[in-house]
Amino acid sequence: MTDISAPSFVRQDLVAERAAPAKTTGFIGFLRMRLLNSPGNILLTILGLLLAWYIVIPAIKFLLVDAIWTGKDRTACLADKAGHEVGACWPYIQAKLTQLIYGFYPEAQRWRVNLTYGLGAALLLPLLMPRLPAKGLNSGLFFFAFPVVAFFLLHGGGIAGFGVSWTAGLLQLFEQSIGGAGDLLVNLSKSSALGPLPWVLGKLLVLVGLLIHWLIFPLTWLRDQLQLSSVPVWGDFLLTAVIVSAVLFVLGGGLRTGGRALIGSLLTFAGIAAGIKLMGLDRGGFPIVDTRLWGGLLVTLVIAITGIVASMPIGIALALGRRSTIPLIRIFSIAFIEFWRGVPLITVLFFATYMLPLFVPGNFAVDGLLRALIGVAIFTGAYMAEVIRGGLAAVARGQAEAASALGLSWWKTTSLIVLPQALRYVIPGIVNSFISLFKDTSLVSIVALFDLLGSLRASFSDPNWSTPTTAFTGFAFAGMIYFVFCFGMSRYSLFVENRLNAHRRH
Amino acid sequence: MSIAPRKPPLQFALRLKRALGGKAGWNGLAAQIAFAAILAWIAYEIVANARANLETQHIASGFGFLNYNAGFDVNQSLIAYNNSDTYWRVFFVGLLNTILVSVIGIVFATVIGFIVALCRLSPNLLLSRIGGIYVEIIRNLPVLFQILFWYLAVLAALPAPRQSISIFNTFFLNNRGLVVPQPVTEPGLYPFIAALAVGIALALGLRRYARRALFQRGQMIRIWPYVLGCLVGLPLVSMLMFGGPLKFELPQLKGFNFAGGARIIPEFVALTVALSTYTGAFIAEIVRAGVMSVHKGQMEAGSSLGLSRAATLRLIVVPQAMRVIVPPLTSQYLNLTKNSSLAVAIGYPDLVSVFAGTAVSQTGQAIEIIAMTMGVYLLLSLTTSALMSVYGWRINRSMAA
Repeated sequence: MTDISAPSFVRQDLVAERAAPAKTTGFIGFLRMRLLNSPGNILLTILGLLLAWYIVIPAIKFLLVDAIWTGKDRTACLADKAGHEVGACWPYIQAKLTQLIYGFYPEAQRWRVNLTYGLGAALLLPLLMPRLPAKGLNSGLFFFAFPVVAFFLLHGGGIAGFGVSWTAGLLQLFEQSIGGAGDLLVNLSKSSALGPLPWVLGKLLVLVGLLIHWLIFPLTWLRDQLQLSSVPVWGDFLLTAVIVSAVLFVLGGGLRTGGRALIGSLLTFAGIAAGIKLMGLDRGGFPIVDTRLWGGLLVTLVIAITGIVASMPIGIALALGRRSTIPLIRIFSIAFIEFWRGVPLITVLFFATYMLPLFVPGNFAVDGLLRALIGVAIFTGAYMAEVIRGGLAAVARGQAEAASALGLSWWKTTSLIVLPQALRYVIPGIVNSFISLFKDTSLVSIVALFDLLGSLRASFSDPNWSTPTTAFTGFAFAGMIYFVFCFGMSRYSLFVENRLNAHRRH
Repeated sequence: MSIAPRKPPLQFALRLKRALGGKAGWNGLAAQIAFAAILAWIAYEIVANARANLETQHIASGFGFLNYNAGFDVNQSLIAYNNSDTYWRVFFVGLLNTILVSVIGIVFATVIGFIVALCRLSPNLLLSRIGGIYVEIIRNLPVLFQILFWYLAVLAALPAPRQSISIFNTFFLNNRGLVVPQPVTEPGLYPFIAALAVGIALALGLRRYARRALFQRGQMIRIWPYVLGCLVGLPLVSMLMFGGPLKFELPQLKGFNFAGGARIIPEFVALTVALSTYTGAFIAEIVRAGVMSVHKGQMEAGSSLGLSRAATLRLIVVPQAMRVIVPPLTSQYLNLTKNSSLAVAIGYPDLVSVFAGTAVSQTGQAIEIIAMTMGVYLLLSLTTSALMSVYGWRINRSMAA
């Protein structure tokens, strides 16, 4: 039995204080934890510092400290004139700035380019801010109205007719082509061993052509009458507005529910009329500026914006086609997508530059810029199709099934239920393909168009500004422009992605 | 009396409908016929217009031109070529140059990509920031911009041959390219290659034997000394017996240029540097995403089993990360190959530059030449995507098992 009253050991003095643990907060602690926590890490930090030192210091020295800021020509940027080692030659950029932004666009007309830039920014920025309302109207304006307005602003020229004339012209072309094919087959049958088959087929085609000819006769007659009148554009416009509005009214449900469609259509036509009047399209519009005079950032932005606007419908159509169960359409979509995704863009541009002119009738000169635009649109469309297909696959099956349970047709299911959700899912993907499209626009400089990079390269050959640092200065400037655009867009894409995944955040 | 089960209704018509028109049925069939008619019309228009246009330009279509003399020089070719060779030869010269720059670019891009990814994953803040800045800057500038930057700015700013930048007195960098020691084959080359091949075959056989022993009898065999012996020892023995396989001829400055050594043209240097740094940035992101996709618990589970950190990495983390890394990595390799076609901007004689560029402007046979060029790239990417779907199928199968 132990004696509990016996005094147990009681410590008489305090334990010596332990040293405070290494500080892990604050600046010092941060340095210790993230940079200097082991010998290996210290070595890496020193290595990193050396690397940064040898890149950052010369870069700052080149861009700011040793840079020449004012001057008239190359002599200002030579070392013996400046008296010290010469860095960036900024007067060269000042002298070439207009060329890098507008190309050779006539000076008196540059306000048109600025106006287009302004319009584009005014339409695009609200579209990018998720908080602002009226996304439907906004995207309609940006994707449909803006490209047309921008075309007439930048290129100039007016219109000679409107809907009726255009439809009549297009149908006439179709009819002639069918008739031509029929005649060809009939001629072929004389020398062919196949016997009467080509003859029958040819006669059939000629007959179809004739039928179309008589079917569209009212339209062509109307067009001819309009062209003879004193105000062909406005007469045509009024007629188109009346016909389209009436059709929409009837399709919208007639007297009962068609009012909405009618008002929408009338408002749209009023907008178009205002556009025509403001730009004077009925009286020849603005003076035409040939696309060969365009250049610099203007061409880069035109190609990028046109590419993205044109590739959206192509991509949506191909993505839906690839998911379709109709064999021929699916096979065609897969082949089309895989073909254009499988070849480099530069061969697509070569295709558009050298082969496309051979595929259209000889009297039809395709503009150089337009050729590149067609190539870029097809190429980006194929990539966009895969992005959108991902979005379509991400929409839960139940959505489409619920729509069919409600009795919606395939078109209504797709356009009202599936596509809106799918497109919302793939906004980051679309922005990412826009970034790569923006970077890829630089390739058009290879097919003799002067985009930002092409103009830059052209400006290097100016003997007035040839100094040892000209090339570096030019690349630094153009690089900053490209970087600002691409980096901004990639940040935006991250922002949207975070917003879309808000429910998954912990 | 039993009631025989009623036969299911005849499915023939339904099946036919499904086969012809998909889920849309007869409407689908009608849509297909209309679609086919439109395609046929477009095809007819294209053929008719092309024929008419070629006739007016007096160009005979067909591939006969491939046997004509090309009559132009190419400044780098892996096979013997002079300007009296045919366009066929030009095609192969261009193709080989494309392959050369792609393969070398892929090797460098992989190395750069993995190094940058390691930097970004490193706990060292400074290093990971530097890696991040590298990736952001490189990815946000067009690749053509970078190629031109290296070619027009950096390489053009290098000194003339007499003031070359010398690296260990073996490599010389100047504005006319990179001069490197030229390998000269010696008689010992063939025995050396044979010894190396035998060594590799033996090492593979050993590995197979050791794995079988491990899986079937649970027996661990240490094979690495033998493998090392096969891979290094056998070639060494051959070198001792037959002499070295290669001799390097060092470049020497004579007058205004270098004598001896091989000159790598500046176009090649610019293209390789630009493509490998550009693709390297993308590969870094892929590798980083792959490593981060492996759950932290996997590493912890490995150490709780008593595996060392290296063994956990080798046996648990890397195989799982590779599954995520390999498919996008292959597509980056493909992208690099496709981007090598930008050589045309600086005049490196690749397929697009000499064949779709010079040959088109000389012969005017745009349709045939561009179709052939596109065909080469298409074949390459279709083969790659076929291989990747086999890989994906195997991965899925092993995950399911």
